[in-house]
Amino acid sequence: MNTIELRDLCKSFGKNQVLKNIDLQLKSGEVTALMGPNGSGKTTLLKSILGLVIPDSGKILVNNADVKNDFHYRNLIGYMPQIANYPENMKVRELFAIVKDLRGHKEITDDELIDNFKLNEITGKNFGQLSGGYKQRVTGALAFLYHPEIMILDEPTASLDPLSSEIMRNKILKEKQKDKIIIISSHIASEVETLADRLIYILDGKIIINKTLKELKNGSQELKLGKTLTEILAPVLHNKKS
Amino acid sequence: MNTKILKYILLDLLRSKFIISYTLFLFLMSMSVIYIGHDSSKAAVSILNIILFVVPLVCIIFGTIHFYNSREFIEFLLTQPVARKSIFWSEYLGISGSLSAAFIIGAGVPVISAGINITGVYLLVTGTMLTFIFVSLAFLSSTINNDKVRGVGLSIILWLYLSVIFDGFVMMIFYMFRDYPLDKYIVALTSLNPVDLSRILILLQIDISALMGFTGATFQKFFGSITGKFISLMLLLLWIVIPAFISLRIFNRKNF
Amino acid sequence: MVRYSKIFIHIFIFTFLINNLCSGKDISVCSVRGYKTVKSALENSSDGDRIIIKKGYYRENNIIVDKRVQILGEDNPVIDLEFINQGFIVRKDSVIIRGLEIRNIKVSYVQDLSAIKIENSSGCTVENNILYNTFFALYLANSDNCLVKGNKITGFAQTESSSGNGIHLWKCNNIRIESNETSGHRDGIYFEFVTNTRILNNYSHNNLRYGLHFMFSDSNSYMKNLFSENGAGVAVMYTKNIIMEENIFTGNWGPASYGILLKDISRSVIRRNKFIKNTIGIFMEGSDKMNIEENEFRDNGYAVKVFGNCSSDTLIRNNFIGNTFDISTNSSRNENYYSENYWDKYKGYDMNKDYTGDVPYRPVSLYSMLVEKVPESIIMMRSFITDIIDFTEKAIPVFIPESLVDEKPKMILNEYN
Repeated sequence: MNTIELRDLCKSFGKNQVLKNIDLQLKSGEVTALMGPNGSGKTTLLKSILGLVIPDSGKILVNNADVKNDFHYRNLIGYMPQIANYPENMKVRELFAIVKDLRGHKEITDDELIDNFKLNEITGKNFGQLSGGYKQRVTGALAFLYHPEIMILDEPTASLDPLSSEIMRNKILKEKQKDKIIIISSHIASEVETLADRLIYILDGKIIINKTLKELKNGSQELKLGKTLTEILAPVLHNKKS
Repeated sequence: MNTKILKYILLDLLRSKFIISYTLFLFLMSMSVIYIGHDSSKAAVSILNIILFVVPLVCIIFGTIHFYNSREFIEFLLTQPVARKSIFWSEYLGISGSLSAAFIIGAGVPVISAGINITGVYLLVTGTMLTFIFVSLAFLSSTINNDKVRGVGLSIILWLYLSVIFDGFVMMIFYMFRDYPLDKYIVALTSLNPVDLSRILILLQIDISALMGFTGATFQKFFGSITGKFISLMLLLLWIVIPAFISLRIFNRKNF
Repeated sequence: MVRYSKIFIHIFIFTFLINNLCSGKDISVCSVRGYKTVKSALENSSDGDRIIIKKGYYRENNIIVDKRVQILGEDNPVIDLEFINQGFIVRKDSVIIRGLEIRNIKVSYVQDLSAIKIENSSGCTVENNILYNTFFALYLANSDNCLVKGNKITGFAQTESSSGNGIHLWKCNNIRIESNETSGHRDGIYFEFVTNTRILNNYSHNNLRYGLHFMFSDSNSYMKNLFSENGAGVAVMYTKNIIMEENIFTGNWGPASYGILLKDISRSVIRRNKFIKNTIGIFMEGSDKMNIEENEFRDNGYAVKVFGNCSSDTLIRNNFIGNTFDISTNSSRNENYYSENYWDKYKGYDMNKDYTGDVPYRPVSLYSMLVEKVPESIIMMRSFITDIIDFTEKAIPVFIPESLVDEKPKMILNEYN
């Protein structure tokens, strides 16, 4: 049973306040979808958990331990960034080797994505020769490779082709069964509907919505997430304008 | 320190077209200088000019650009269970190591093949130290600036400053205070610039030093003595260490 | 008139020599029998005798030669002065000393002790001697018409104050100094008040101060000598009417070393010499009406340094190759004439193919002038700022003397046959 807890998290870049007093708790067995317009702070939030962004104030606890100045906790995390880029003369195989060197304490690797993405064929290639889609597939496969307990996926299907996106979604649904914490940021309502159990909506660095999809359905059989969101957000957006 | 990352970064860089062509360039330049001219002391002077001009420029520009180009990779490494400083040092040693290797092979093979002497050793030592120094400065300007264009801009300014502008100021100071005995202050002044420090160290090795006349004798006394050489090398070392550690501090607090 | 008197003197000496050869007797000195010392042989000799010293080892010193004799060594007998005193003191005309090896002269701070000293004499010859571990070696004072030839003089001078000169001439006239080798002294060859003297084919090297040093010595000529690796090169001072031809000045490296230092020299010729690898090829101070022509300056720090107090000097048809600075001056005026020199730094063109560049060449760089004004700025040598300074001055000349220019720079090396 793993937990992630954010307490009163604040972050600004210059004058721009990106995260405002974020409080959040995540627990195993749930897929959390992070939504919000561009620049609302989704990626910053995810990067704060990963330690890429260092918060100005507040705390991040992973399994009740503060992650500040620690790096061992990242053993638990698999991360798939929006854009991936690697040294151009590095071979795919070497990137796998680095990750293995850094966290190869688990004997059995999860090669499902490697197989499904057909990555075995390109391990000898340099990254300089790979297309963006292939780089993204490699990144995805790496995120799942060492059975991480916590998955952070930043728009995982954004730059994948439809087939690979489907493979990715199926993989996420499969991992969901293994009692993991999975966080996905996404712009695609339908994707969130199929994958997520909980929706967090961020606007201007604040959490506006933090509800399970069940709650959002509000008893009705079908969820039209787009419509629901528009209804909920209308007053907020109206207030912001005035 | 995690040498595993360093290994892969080095592997990547040593295969890069840039490092290979830099090696070749240094090699061809040094070879032509050594084998076209007949005078070994003149060859040393020409190689000195390459070292003072090309090495700092290439190291600071390549170091800066490479840092920005590696941003996503650094980000990727940062999400792995490794300390930030390991990643920093791996990147730093990867770049400075591969550039030094290029220098030592490119300039060292011709120099050594022409016959090893103390001047050659000095050329190689100061060239390698300048490589490390300018990679340190490259890291400083890339960690200070998030924006690539500004980072490269700052690097170019740093290079210009240390290679030309600083010397211009020194010349102006010489001229303005020409009625005062300056030699002692000059020694202190030059230690503020690693390029000058390297140039003088090598210059005093070649017999051209006699040109410096009586004023040169003061410099010779300082830079020629064991203590002076030791101090100079220590100063060059400081020029490596201080910018590197400042950029490590910035790197540790940096948001990616 | 002078020439006739010279010839007369020569004939006079020659007849004297013939007389000596005919009339004198041979006295031999040998360590085993007969005269065991040179001194005893001298005491029993008379004018015109030949004293023949057999191969051997003689511990003697302070040998005064006041008879017109020939002292001849057979297979270089060694005369060891054992650092007690000096060697031969000649006080008679037409003495010949030949084929000896004289060693270990005492170092004195009071007297100029030497291996062979010739005082107030005429027509003496010192030939083919080996002078080893000397203080002063050959010392000629107030003498004339002498020949110094083929001597090999080796000293081991440590400091200037405790050392003497290899060949030292004071107040002499019409001396010939030929084919000697001198090293390890304060000055290799030293002249003071010497006139009408020829110095030919000597090799003066590794002396502490000057390979050749002369003052107040007019009308002498120096030809085909090699001066190398002397502390400060060659110094020529307070003199006029000198001819220096076909000498080589090389390897004089040091903070204050020159090929030649010219100080208050006038009406002299420096022609077809080679200046190679000297800190300064020619350093001129207060010198005028000098003809410096057809010399080669190669790989020197400064080829020629001309102080502002030099005037009416001409530098023509010289070759300047691989020098750090070709001409350097401390003055913003120029009263000397430069023409038809070859400058390897010249970047001009020659449209009419007459081997003379069509644009004048300015051999002084601004940086070298700056170094003259502020010697400390030499520490900036080989930095880019110096290139920038020189480039700017070339583009917009402001500081360099307007007339310091070679109007006819050569496109190819000047040939001297």
